[in-house]
Amino acid sequence: MLDHGRKAMNRCILAAALTAIVGLSGLAAIAHAEQPDDGLVNESAAAMKGKKVGFVPIAMGFDLTEAWAAGLKHDAEAFGYDLSIRDPNWSVDAGAQAFSQLISEQPDVIVVHPPEIQAYTRLIQQANAQGIPVVTMNLKADANGDVFIGANWYDIAVKQTEAIVKSCGQGSGKSGKIAVMQGVLTNPTSQYGIQAIEATLKQHPEVQIVSNQAADWDASKAHAIAVTVLKANPDLCGFIGMWDNMDVGIAAAIKEAGKTGEVALVSSGGGNQASACDNVANGNFSTYISYDAKGQARDLMMAVRSVLQSKPAEPGTKSIALYTPLKTITKESNYPGACWNLDDVKKYGP
Amino acid sequence: MSPSFRPAFAFTQEQIVVAITLALLVLFSVTLDSFLTAGNILALIQNVSILGILGVAMALAIIGRGIDLSIVANMAVSVAWVLQLSNNGVPIEIAIVMGLGLALAIGLVNGFLVAYVEIPAIFATLAMGTVAYGFVRSLLLEDNLIYLKGAADTWFKWIGSGQVVGIPNSVLLFGLVAVVAHVVLRITVPGRFIYAMGDNPTAARSTGIPIRPLIVLQYVTAAAIAFVAGVIAATSVDSVETRIVRSNLVYDVILVVVIGGVGLSGGKGSIRNVIVGTLLIGVLVNGMTIMNVAYTLQNIIKSLILLTAIVIDSLMNPRDEQTSQQGDI
Repeated sequence: MLDHGRKAMNRCILAAALTAIVGLSGLAAIAHAEQPDDGLVNESAAAMKGKKVGFVPIAMGFDLTEAWAAGLKHDAEAFGYDLSIRDPNWSVDAGAQAFSQLISEQPDVIVVHPPEIQAYTRLIQQANAQGIPVVTMNLKADANGDVFIGANWYDIAVKQTEAIVKSCGQGSGKSGKIAVMQGVLTNPTSQYGIQAIEATLKQHPEVQIVSNQAADWDASKAHAIAVTVLKANPDLCGFIGMWDNMDVGIAAAIKEAGKTGEVALVSSGGGNQASACDNVANGNFSTYISYDAKGQARDLMMAVRSVLQSKPAEPGTKSIALYTPLKTITKESNYPGACWNLDDVKKYGP
Repeated sequence: MSPSFRPAFAFTQEQIVVAITLALLVLFSVTLDSFLTAGNILALIQNVSILGILGVAMALAIIGRGIDLSIVANMAVSVAWVLQLSNNGVPIEIAIVMGLGLALAIGLVNGFLVAYVEIPAIFATLAMGTVAYGFVRSLLLEDNLIYLKGAADTWFKWIGSGQVVGIPNSVLLFGLVAVVAHVVLRITVPGRFIYAMGDNPTAARSTGIPIRPLIVLQYVTAAAIAFVAGVIAATSVDSVETRIVRSNLVYDVILVVVIGGVGLSGGKGSIRNVIVGTLLIGVLVNGMTIMNVAYTLQNIIKSLILLTAIVIDSLMNPRDEQTSQQGDI
């Protein structure tokens, strides 16, 4: 009631001010003009206002999570929902703790970015059981929650393998020897990726994996392994890497060996300018599969909006999959808008 | 246990590690075609050079009866700051001076906490690593991952990626750092004092050695060496990922130091031990990578070797009255 009264009064004042300004200068464009109710705009805004959204990334401070958070921050400001980001800084334990802490605070939706397939499975089920919808970002957990937004890792690895087969397979005149650099073995990227690589290569027996190692997402470790693999296999034709931030180490090793351009490097990642397009342009990566984290940020904004407006009747019972459309970036398809820039996304929103 | 109980035929731990390394070298040379080539042996050393340089820093702390768990955090944040400054337009020379200053400041605080506040080194440096990372990451760095962009085409980039007469710079720098540290420890007065302090701090103090300033010097030097390792790492992969602070790298560093035969109780061992330990890990990892041994299995083998080294260490360098009173570290 009180609110209504205040609103009415505000309208009166606004109207008076409007008349005054229009009368004085003849200008009609006013920033605070209220949009007429079209039967949806006010209702949807009201459904989001004052709601609570929690976000547990693997860590803040890198391109993917910063882009997603920029999207959520934009919406939190625009629609007046309360956004709480709990940064466990790469610690699985701290992440699980932050997640269960969030559950006890009973927010309206929890967004999680699981570090590995198993780690958050129970917690996602627990949140759902308590009636909290869960959105999982980019790395699939064993429990699906309500919405999954992210790359299809199998699909990415198939595309990567097809690209390497193009460079190293039949008709290429190359040895067909390739190396695979995984990140963390319990991560879905590796779990589904390696199956996809092996399945795709079954149709291309001329391409052989001579080295399959893991480098913990660490560029220095990837560099060390790649230096050894290149020395041990002088006729190596290419590498499949599983994340751009790590794969720059492989690129450095190829460059040191004087084989840039000669040894193919197929990488993948969130498609930010510095990690992706710059590295394709300077020849570090021969092909790059982007899961466009800026696009994912927008998908996340929309998923959260939709869950806040229409809460699932029984959270966790029906899962929606929003697999990210993938972009294949090569020197030929490296057009000016192929990548995105973190500073711009932070400044102007996704 | 008094020395008379030691078996007469006992080898030093260093000799055992050298023997294991040589055995692996022979085994890999015979079984792997591409192992015993000049290129692969250089690659092998190149791959462990950063580990080795950090090992030198760690050995310095351990010989003086300390330990420095903050070196990895220190190298990551100070060098990440150098890259960021240079990306933002600061000339690389000035950026290096500022980054080195930051690294030395972290070392200075370590030394102060250990020497004057008298916090055990293991706690002081463990906490300092976290503080340094948190402070620099939140106040100075814009991102977890900093690319080498501003100085990509300067001499700076050459430090970790170039080579001289076919030998990678990182190998040469590892050699240089090791030689300088060896000479300082063996010949100079502060070097001898560090041994004295590590062997028996109370006695060293009674004889008039300025223990507290020496401890500060020890941690500042370790920080400087860590900075050098960081610069090489950053310029070899064109980036610094500060997440390395959370990795197991610092344990790997302790591994090469201890496995080479530097006793955790202080006062024992030399830089040569670090080189021996580093080479063992280098040969082992290189051979396992060429053989394409699965990652998990590699970790098991590596950790079994650490365990063996520690067991041998405790048999060869038995606890004395002092360590039983003060603990190993």
